[in-house]
Amino acid sequence: MPDTITREEICQPENMIYCRTPLLTDAPLSYCPGCGHGTAHRLIMEVIEEMNLQADTIGVAPVGCSVLAYDFLDIDMQQAAHGRAPAVATGIKRLMPDKFVFTYQGDGDLAAIGTGETIHACNRGENITIFFVNNGIYGMTGGQMAPTTLPNMKTATSPFGRDVQTMGYPLKITELIAMLPGTYFVSRQSVHTPANVRKAKKAIEKAISYQKLNKGLSFVEIVSNCNSGWKMTPLESNKWMEENMFSFFPLGDIKVPK
Amino acid sequence: MKDIRLMKGNEAFAEGVIRAGCDGYFGYPITPQSEVLEYLAAQRADERTGMVVLQAESEIASIHMVYGGAACGKKVLTSSSSPGISLMQEGISFLAGTELPCLLLNVVRGGPGLGTIQPSQSDYFQAVKGGGHGDYKMIVLAPASVQEMYDFAKLGFDLAFKHRIQVMILSDGAIGQMMEKVELDDQVPRMTNEEIIQKYPWTTTGKTPDRERNIITSLDLNPVRQEIINRKLQEKFKKIQETEVRFERIQCDDAEYLFVAYGSSARICQKAVMLGRARGLKIGLLRPITLFPFPSDELAKLSKQVHGILCVEMSAGQMVEDVRLSVNGAVPVEHYGRLGGIIPAPDEVLHVLEENFINETMISESAAGGERKS
Ligand SMILES: Cc1ncc(C[n+]2csc(CCOP(=O)(O)OP(=O)(O)O)c2C)c(N)n1
Ligand code: SF4
Ligand SMILES: [Mg+2]
Repeated sequence: MPDTITREEICQPENMIYCRTPLLTDAPLSYCPGCGHGTAHRLIMEVIEEMNLQADTIGVAPVGCSVLAYDFLDIDMQQAAHGRAPAVATGIKRLMPDKFVFTYQGDGDLAAIGTGETIHACNRGENITIFFVNNGIYGMTGGQMAPTTLPNMKTATSPFGRDVQTMGYPLKITELIAMLPGTYFVSRQSVHTPANVRKAKKAIEKAISYQKLNKGLSFVEIVSNCNSGWKMTPLESNKWMEENMFSFFPLGDIKVPK
Repeated sequence: MKDIRLMKGNEAFAEGVIRAGCDGYFGYPITPQSEVLEYLAAQRADERTGMVVLQAESEIASIHMVYGGAACGKKVLTSSSSPGISLMQEGISFLAGTELPCLLLNVVRGGPGLGTIQPSQSDYFQAVKGGGHGDYKMIVLAPASVQEMYDFAKLGFDLAFKHRIQVMILSDGAIGQMMEKVELDDQVPRMTNEEIIQKYPWTTTGKTPDRERNIITSLDLNPVRQEIINRKLQEKFKKIQETEVRFERIQCDDAEYLFVAYGSSARICQKAVMLGRARGLKIGLLRPITLFPFPSDELAKLSKQVHGILCVEMSAGQMVEDVRLSVNGAVPVEHYGRLGGIIPAPDEVLHVLEENFINETMISESAAGGERKS
């Protein structure tokens, strides 16, 4: 009996309790440790795999920290200009109506520069799915104020806190698009605890399966952290998110099919 | 039996788009080109061929819808007029960076700003020099008749897919609005998804087990690789310059003086050539059909033959820069432009040509004879 066990001996199927989803590539994630983007990616790809949709999926990556999503997701993808993913997805879905088409967007992308494209894709009831990762900040460009930045929250461009009198109020875009007749399913989730991950996965499953019904747009917001942009440790950022973000952006389904 | 109809330029273009087997149109209304979307809607293009026709919320959305469709290998287009085309520039740059084929129509109106809805040729720089960011070019076709508005729809798609490039049809309000007879071709069938996958294996059509995933992106943060990407693009533009130049020579064989003009201005100059010839003046017209690639070699040749070139444009002088570069000082090049939506008249441009070159030549000839009074 050897007194040490090797990596190969450990990595046996019978010992496996958790593994990389096969639809995630080998590329190391470029996200900061502790960031929610990686978990969100994983959940989406898990569902696509479980629903056997790889060959039928076309994804659209945004401009933001997840601009390189196509490096990690083993599906056909297009990279869209900042904010325009819903228009790009509209072009794809209208011409490839049998495909599963989704966008993956941050809050700056979806609710600032791309507000018009978001609202109109929702209002036309495009049969696409939007995954919206709301971290209340511009992660990629170094932590500037986002449309979803909370009142008094400090960012690189609101160093003394967001003054709503001059900088406007955080935008509840998800509630806004839920009011439009073109949206079919709208849900807000988070991925910072195992329980939340399970709920988020359910919402993602619904959003994806509803697309097949051709009854309108399905939309899942994931309230997430940006520990780097918020200048916190991952743990602190999750705690801060629970204490501050969830009261403004309450979790749960916002619009469900009747 | 030939199918010949009397049509407006914009409508002929839209008909050409349908018959070319186009898959999708995305656009936003703006004068003087709204007839394109109106015609496609009235014609029930969706029922005729199954093509998608969608009024977008803006020109920005339109161009990015085009991007999404083009990346799936579909024949897609948008059309607009000057202010709308300005809005699209980031999107066009993304299409250039990802080498996506598509067709764009600019029915140019006068600017800057909201300007006027009258015809103009003041968007030449934007179309030919790359209006968006980065080092890129589009193929730019300049129709001078309603027939060419129709023909260039199919030609544009063919060139776009041949080179994986954006093709812009640079028209103007006069060509878009005027009516002429047009000869129509048979319907080209739309391609099936299977045919697209076969012919264009780079498209995002869903990753199947037999291939790696397809990614459409213009991003590469590694400067070494990004330079290689850019050099490859430049090679493509060079090849296009070498192989795709199109122009029309009108009465150039014995010409001593030359007009250079495209689109509406070329129509005016063609008439001016007739007027001048009737008076015994040997005038010709070179009409560039492709503005990129520009017919530089042809102009260089002609510069050895003629005594003077007048470039006529409905702009303050844009194409004239390319004419001067082509001629490289071999012969005097002058510019005549009308602005703000005014279309010059044939006798007006003929007069300018005479004033610039012919009368002057007579004076200098007489000066050489020693009769000049000072
Ligand atoms: C037209 C344009 N304007 C600005 C930028 C710069 N930019 C890149 S990402 C970004 C913000 C992204 O923030 P968000 O969408 O919230 O994504 P996150 O990085 O937080 O996930 C900005 C402003 C750009 N790339 N393009
Ligand atoms: S900057 Fe923020 S959003 Fe971007 S990877 Fe880091 S933690 Fe995530
Ligand atoms: Mg963000």
